Amino acid sequence: MPKLALFLILIHFLPFLCTSFSPENPSSRRVLVLLDDLALKSSHSVYFKSLQSRGFELDFKLADDPKIGLQRYGQYLYDGLILFCPTTERFGGSIDLAAILDFVDSGHDLIIAADNNASDLIREIATECGVDFDEDPAAMVIDHTSYAVSETEGDHTLIASDDFIKSNVLLGSEKIEAPVLFQGIGHSLSPANSLVLKVLSASPSAYSANPKSKLSSPPSLTGSAISLVSILQARNNARILISGSLVMFSNRFFRSGVQKAGTPTKHEKSGNEQFLTELSKWVFHERGHLKAVNIQHHKDGEADEPSMYRINDDLVYSVEIYEWSGRSWEPYVADDVQVQFYMMSPYVLKNLSTDKKGRYFTAFKVPDVYGVFQFKVEYQRLGYTSLSLSKQIPVRPYRHNEYERFIPAAYPYYGAAFSMMAGFFIFTAVHLYNK
Amino acid sequence: MAASETSKETILRYAFGNVLSFFILVLIGVLAFSIRLFSVIKYESVIHEFDPYFNYRVTQYLTKNGIYDFWNWFDDRTWYPLGRVIGGTVYPGLTLTAGTIWWLLSSLNIPLSVETVCVFTAPIFSAFASWATYLLTKEVKGAGAGLMAAALLAMVPSYISRSVAGSYDNEAVAIFALIFTFYLYIKTLNTGSLFYATLNAIAYFYMVCSWGGYTFIINLIPMHVLLCIVTVMTSEHFASFLVFIIIHVVALVYYIKGILSPKMFKVAVTFVVSIGVVVCGAVLAVLIALVASSPTKGWSGRSLSLLDPTYASKYIPIIASVSEHQPPTWPSYFMDINVLAFLVPAGIIACFSPLSDASSFVILYIVTSVYFSGVMVRLMLVLAPAACIMSGIALSAAFDVFTRSIKFQLPGATENSERDAGETSSNSVVAQNDVAKTEKNEDAVKERPSKKNRKKEKEKENVEKPSVKSQIKKKLLILPLEASIIAIFLLVLLGAFYVVHCVWAAAEAYSAPSIVLTSHSQDGLHVFDDFREAYAWLSHNTEVDDKVASWWDYGYQTTAMANRTVIVDNNTWNNTHIATVGTAMSSPEKAAWEIFNSLDVKYVLVVFGGLVGYPSDDINKFLWMVRIGGGVFPHIKEPDYLRDGQYRIDSQATPTMLNCLMYKLSYYRFVETDGKAFDRVRRTEIGKKYFKLTHFEEVFTTHHWMVRIYKLKPPKNRIRGRAKKSKSKASSTTGTKRIGTKKKNPWH
Repeated sequence: MPKLALFLILIHFLPFLCTSFSPENPSSRRVLVLLDDLALKSSHSVYFKSLQSRGFELDFKLADDPKIGLQRYGQYLYDGLILFCPTTERFGGSIDLAAILDFVDSGHDLIIAADNNASDLIREIATECGVDFDEDPAAMVIDHTSYAVSETEGDHTLIASDDFIKSNVLLGSEKIEAPVLFQGIGHSLSPANSLVLKVLSASPSAYSANPKSKLSSPPSLTGSAISLVSILQARNNARILISGSLVMFSNRFFRSGVQKAGTPTKHEKSGNEQFLTELSKWVFHERGHLKAVNIQHHKDGEADEPSMYRINDDLVYSVEIYEWSGRSWEPYVADDVQVQFYMMSPYVLKNLSTDKKGRYFTAFKVPDVYGVFQFKVEYQRLGYTSLSLSKQIPVRPYRHNEYERFIPAAYPYYGAAFSMMAGFFIFTAVHLYNK
Repeated sequence: MAASETSKETILRYAFGNVLSFFILVLIGVLAFSIRLFSVIKYESVIHEFDPYFNYRVTQYLTKNGIYDFWNWFDDRTWYPLGRVIGGTVYPGLTLTAGTIWWLLSSLNIPLSVETVCVFTAPIFSAFASWATYLLTKEVKGAGAGLMAAALLAMVPSYISRSVAGSYDNEAVAIFALIFTFYLYIKTLNTGSLFYATLNAIAYFYMVCSWGGYTFIINLIPMHVLLCIVTVMTSEHFASFLVFIIIHVVALVYYIKGILSPKMFKVAVTFVVSIGVVVCGAVLAVLIALVASSPTKGWSGRSLSLLDPTYASKYIPIIASVSEHQPPTWPSYFMDINVLAFLVPAGIIACFSPLSDASSFVILYIVTSVYFSGVMVRLMLVLAPAACIMSGIALSAAFDVFTRSIKFQLPGATENSERDAGETSSNSVVAQNDVAKTEKNEDAVKERPSKKNRKKEKEKENVEKPSVKSQIKKKLLILPLEASIIAIFLLVLLGAFYVVHCVWAAAEAYSAPSIVLTSHSQDGLHVFDDFREAYAWLSHNTEVDDKVASWWDYGYQTTAMANRTVIVDNNTWNNTHIATVGTAMSSPEKAAWEIFNSLDVKYVLVVFGGLVGYPSDDINKFLWMVRIGGGVFPHIKEPDYLRDGQYRIDSQATPTMLNCLMYKLSYYRFVETDGKAFDRVRRTEIGKKYFKLTHFEEVFTTHHWMVRIYKLKPPKNRIRGRAKKSKSKASSTTGTKRIGTKKKNPWH
C-alpha cells in the first residue's frame, strides 16, 4: 500500500519533470547544435564525442539553415541547445531571440559560446540571461601576468586561468589540476543578479581591450570582475552555460599542454576537457538535480495525513529527496535541510535528520497558535536545483469539549457560581415559607 | 334586566372587537411579509449585499454539518493566513433560526433550499415584529393604539431597508427580538407575573444571541427601573422626605448658630463650605485623571463613537469608513420614518396622560433611540419601532377624540352616543382595564388575599381613582363636528401619504440586492450582473486553494459565491491585516506585488465603476484604504495622494496617486474603451492613460468593466543584464560606439 502511494506520488511528479528534462528516458535526449561552419564539427569533435558517449543525440545544423526549428506543433523537438555560432546575425528557420528565450523559459538547457566578433544576436541572448559582454566588439581579455606561455610572445590574449568556482557539484569531485586555456571576450555579471554564477573568472591583472590598438582610455572591464565562463540556473531550473570563447571547446585547446606564466610547472594537457565536460554534465542535469517526493506529515502515532491539525498536536514530517546521477535517482545526503512551520513567519524551524536513504524526517509540536500554516522546505544550495516545497495545513483551536474540565485558576469563579446558586435556592426557600 | 342586557351587549362587542383585531393582525402580518417581496419580484430570489452572504454561508455550513461542528467551526478560507474561529465570533441567533426553519420544513418533507429559507427569513420575522409591536403598544395604550402601531411598523421604510426578502442579516430577527423583549418586560411590569419574567429572560437571551444591539436593552431596562424608583418617590413620598431633610438641616443650622458666637459661626460656615468644595474638587480631579489616563477607558470604538459622534472619524478610520456608521442627515429621517417624525411628539404627549410605568418606558425608549439614531445611520433601525409605537399611540388617541366628538354630535344618536362616549373614553384612557385585566382582577379577588394581591388591589384603586377623574375631564373634550371631520380626513390623508411613501421606498429605494444593478435609460432597462459574473469566473477558472485579495467589502461575497480564500473580509476584526491590504493597494506596483506575494495571493480583484458610472467603486473608497493603511504603516501618507487637499485622478493628480496599484488596476487599458479615458463617476478624463503592468496581468474583466481581476505574475525566470535593449542599442548606443571607435582608430 505505501509502495502504491509512493508510485502515485511519483506519477504525480512526472509531468513536471518531463517538461524540463526527462531523466526517465535519458537515452533519447536530443540536443540541437547550431554552427557557423560545419568544420567546427570536426575541430571540436572531442567535446561533441564526450556528449554523445553520455547518451546525447546531437543534431548538427548550420545556424542559417532555413529548415531549423525548435518546436513543431507546439512540442519541443530538443531538450538542449548548443550555440557554437558566435558570428550569426540571424538564425534560419523559425528560430530567433524570442524562440530561444521561450525554449529556456520552458525549462530547456542552453550552451552559448561567443567570441571576439560575436554578433549582436548572441550578445542579446546573453544579456537576456544576465550576462553582459564587453560592448567593444574588438575587445578581448588580455592578461600580462597569467597568460599561457607559448613559443611566440603574442599579445597575451591566450589566458591560462585556474580561478575556478569552488563547488563539487558544478565541477565534479575530482580537482582540476591544470589551468584552463581561454581566448575570447570577457563579460561581467550584475552583483544584484542572484541567478548567474561566475565559474571561471579572470585574474586580478586582466582587462578587456582591443589587443591591436593602443589603450587610450581605461578599459571598462578589469580584474577579477571579468568573468570568462558563467552559468545561469533560471528559476525554472533551466541551466545555461555562457562562455566568451568558442575556441576553448576545440580539440586543439583540449589537447595542448599549458604552462601558466610565472609558474614552473608545465602541464601535459590543459584543464579544458575536464572543466568543460564536467560543466556540461551539470548543464545537462547529470549532476545537482534534486527532486523531492513523498512529502508526508501525520500526527505522532498515526499513519494518515489529517486535513487539519489542532494546536499543540505532536506531528511527524518527512520528505524524500533524491539526486539524479545521470543514470538513476540516488538518495541525496545532506545535514542542512530544514523545514519551517510557517504562517507569515516561521513558527517552527527544524533541521531534518536523514536516514541516508533519501528520507528526511523530523517531529515537532504544533505551536499554540491557530491559523493556516505551511510546511515549507526552502533548499537553495550552490549548483543544486532549488527545492521550494510548501504544503498548506490549517491549525484549529480546541473544540469546546477538548478543554480541561476544571482549570485550577478558575476555582474562584466556580465557587462564585455555585455559591450564587446555593444562595438563591436558600433565599427562595426562606422567602416563600417565612412570613 | 337592562343592566344584564347591556353587559351582554358589551361582551358581544368585545368578542366582535377581538375577532376583528385578530383578522386585522393577520392582514398586518400579510402586509409586512408581502411589502418586502418587491426585491424578489423585481429582481430574483437572491441574498443581498455583503453581510447576508456570510450569514448564508454559515447557515449552509450549519445545515450541512450540524450544530456542534458549527459551534467549533474554524474557517481557514477567510483572513488568510490567520483564519477565523467562526463558531466563537458570530451571533448565532439568525443562523440557528433559519437553520431550524429549514430543518423543520425538510423534516416535514417540504424541500426548500437553504437559500430560499434565508431569503424569506426577514419578511417572516417582520410579520412577527409587527405582532410584537401590537402586543407592546397594547400593554401601553390599549388595543387600538396597538393595531395602529403594528400597521405602521409593518411598512416603516427604515425597517424595510434591513428586512426585504434576501436581506438576511442579524437585524432581520433582532428587531423582532428587541420589541418582543420590551413587550415581555412591560407585561411583567404590569402583571408582576414570574411566568412573563422568565419568558422575558428567554427573549432577552435570544436577542443577545442575535445582535450586538442587545446592549441597548440591557442599558434601557435598568434606566427605566431607576426612573420608576425616582418617579415613585416623587409622586408619593419624595417631597415629604425632602422637606423633612430640609427642616432638619435648617434646625441643625439654627442650633449650631445658637450655641456658637456669630464670629465662630462664620468660621464654621467657611470651614464646612471649604471642606465640601475641596472634597468635591478632589473627586472631580480623580475622575478627570482617570478619564485622561486612558483615552478609551476600555470602551470599544463603536461605543465611544456613540457618546462622541466625532470620535470615530478622528481616530478609527476603519469604523468611519463604513457608511452606515456615519451620522444621518435630516433627509434620511424623512426618508426612513417619514410622517412618523411629526407624530412622535404627539405620541409622547399622549403617553404623559396619564403617565404609567409602561408609557414612561416607551418615552424613555424613544428619547434614547432618537439620540442614538442621531449618531449612526445604522441605529435608525432602533428608532423605527419606537417611532411607530409613539405614532400609533398618537394616531389612535387622535382618532379616539375625533370619532367620539362626531359620534356625540351626530343628530338622532345623542342618547346612545353619550353613553358610548363615556364608555369608549374610559376604555381608551384606562389602558390597563381591558377585558383580560378586569377578569383577572375579579379572579384575584376570589383568591385568598395574599400579600401580592392586596398590594395589587391597592394599585388598582390608585389607578381607578384618577381614571374616573379623567373620564369627567375627557367628557368635556368634545370638538366641533366639522373640525373633527376635517381632522379625520387630514389624518387619513397623512396615513395615505405614509403608505404611498412606504410602498415607494420598498419598491424602489430598498429592494435592490446590490449584487445585481439596474439602470433605466431611453432604450429600456439595463441589468448589470458583473459581480456574479466575476465570482463565477473565479470559481470556475482558479484553483480551489488560490487566494484572492480585494478590499474588505468584497470578502464575504468572494468566499460565499466564488468559494475562494480571501485575505480580509467584512468582519473587520484585525485592523493590521486590513491595513496591509490597504497599503498594498496604495503602494507602487512592485511593493504591492511583494506584499501580496508574501500573503500567497494569486489574484487581485478590484471594483471599477468608471465605465458605467457605478459610484461605490474602489477608487471612491481608495482614500479609506490610504488612511487605514497609513494608520498602521506610516510610510503611506494621505497628503501624498491629494493635490492641495483635493482627491483627484485627472492630470492634476499627484504622481503617488497615478502610480499606486489601485489606480493602475482600475484604469489599465481604460483608454481603449472610448479613446479618451473619461471616467463617468469622477466626471473627468483620467491623468495617466497609457501604461503597462509589469508585475500583474489582467486575467478577467467583466462585461461592464465593473469587476477586474488580475493575476500576480510569477517572478521572472531570468534576470536581464544591464545592457540596453537591442533596438535602441542597434540604433543609438552601439552605433555611436562603433562610430566612436572608428573615429578613435581611423587606421584600424
